[in-house]
Amino acid sequence: MSFLELTWNILPKLLEGTAITIELTLIAITIGILMGIPVALGRVYGNKSIYTICTFFVEIIRGTPLLTQLFILYFGLPSIGIMLSPFKAALIGMGINSAAYQAEYFRGAIQSVKEEQLIAAYSLGMRQGQAIRYIVLPQMFRLVIPSWSNELIYLLKYSSMAYMIQAPEIMSQGRLIASRNFRTFEVFIVVALIYLVLVLVLSKLLDLMERRFSIPGL
Amino acid sequence: MPEVILKVENLYKSYGELTVLNGISFQVRQGETTVIIGTSGTGKSTLLTCINLITPPDKGRIWLEEIEITDPKTDINLVRSSIGMVFQHFNLFTHLTVLDNVRLGLTVVKKIPKDRATAISIEKLNLVGLADKLNSYPAQLSGGQQQRVSIARALAMDPKLILFDEPTSALDPELIGEVLNVMVKLAESGMTMVVVSHEMGFARAVANDIIFMENGIIVEEGDPETMFHHSRNPRTQEFLHKITELYGGRPK
Repeated sequence: MSFLELTWNILPKLLEGTAITIELTLIAITIGILMGIPVALGRVYGNKSIYTICTFFVEIIRGTPLLTQLFILYFGLPSIGIMLSPFKAALIGMGINSAAYQAEYFRGAIQSVKEEQLIAAYSLGMRQGQAIRYIVLPQMFRLVIPSWSNELIYLLKYSSMAYMIQAPEIMSQGRLIASRNFRTFEVFIVVALIYLVLVLVLSKLLDLMERRFSIPGL
Repeated sequence: MPEVILKVENLYKSYGELTVLNGISFQVRQGETTVIIGTSGTGKSTLLTCINLITPPDKGRIWLEEIEITDPKTDINLVRSSIGMVFQHFNLFTHLTVLDNVRLGLTVVKKIPKDRATAISIEKLNLVGLADKLNSYPAQLSGGQQQRVSIARALAMDPKLILFDEPTSALDPELIGEVLNVMVKLAESGMTMVVVSHEMGFARAVANDIIFMENGIIVEEGDPETMFHHSRNPRTQEFLHKITELYGGRPK
């Protein structure tokens, strides 16, 4: 069987896995945004206890490997009576993990919004919440796009770790196929190519997004 | 005599060992322009930011009309919305168009409906000669244009007075005139203004009152005629002499 024929035969199964990979990545990145922004705001504007809690979260999550976190969620939690499906465990693990990294990207972006603009906002009579909403956040979203793009691409690739807890993403499918047809080399070349295509498409989209949201003149 | 609109009484501010304001008292009357002069690092800018409590003073009291700004019970956001502030570096919101820069305070702080806020903003931008730049972004404008936007932003809030913190110091010399012209127009229209500036031409032309500050205190205060020609204080004379040599009688 030629490489092309083989590819043709295994592609449907691999694309099923690809769909799971994309789903995992997109939901996890969204969880990461929704958790990451409040954590970042807490690290910049929070009082001492909020700052401490947010910093603690970021340090713990960034200080331990994603794989370890996934194992704790999937293999560890059942011992205290919490059973998660592989897919859910992967989602939660990747989402929380990404939240910690994104929080740092968002924090960097928040802090690069010029202090003088905040002073101008307060001078107009805005409360801190208003200044954050109308001045800081809109600029944060623009400033964060380049580093955030990296996070999305990393996350897509790190989703392969979900294979280790049996989530049926693309690596799992590849492993399954290879264990049946023993064409390990070819199978994973195809898997690699699928990842590559996904990453290239994402980069292109992110690039367009960055340009779309750039501030004229800056 | 017009009534007093701003009253500053015995203001103190230190940063650690460094005393920036060492007991400042002065008054500003309705419709008058007060120009604060003095060498850099003598607390002029700190004094301005103390007036709207962006920099909280350590001691002393400030009144805007009959409201005591320094009273902890005063709603400081409300007070700030009625004191305009124009900064040395313009401090425009870089992600917003010229129109939105001017309009934001109206819709967010004053809760004015968008269409009315737009009309007010355009009117003020017209006043500073920028009605044709509504949809430009700050980074697409010259420094002089940016500073005029920031004046329009302050004006739109319908403030009781406007504080100018070295509004022309960051501008290229050929752009200073357009900003000063707007300020002269404002002063003549009866806006109450407190201006920290080295522009002696402007001070001479429109100031009702000139305050000379040094080392955190007011050394001398008086109308332009007194300050420029009949000053009793050698430091004032020396400073005015030097600064006039440097900045001269620039545009009216």
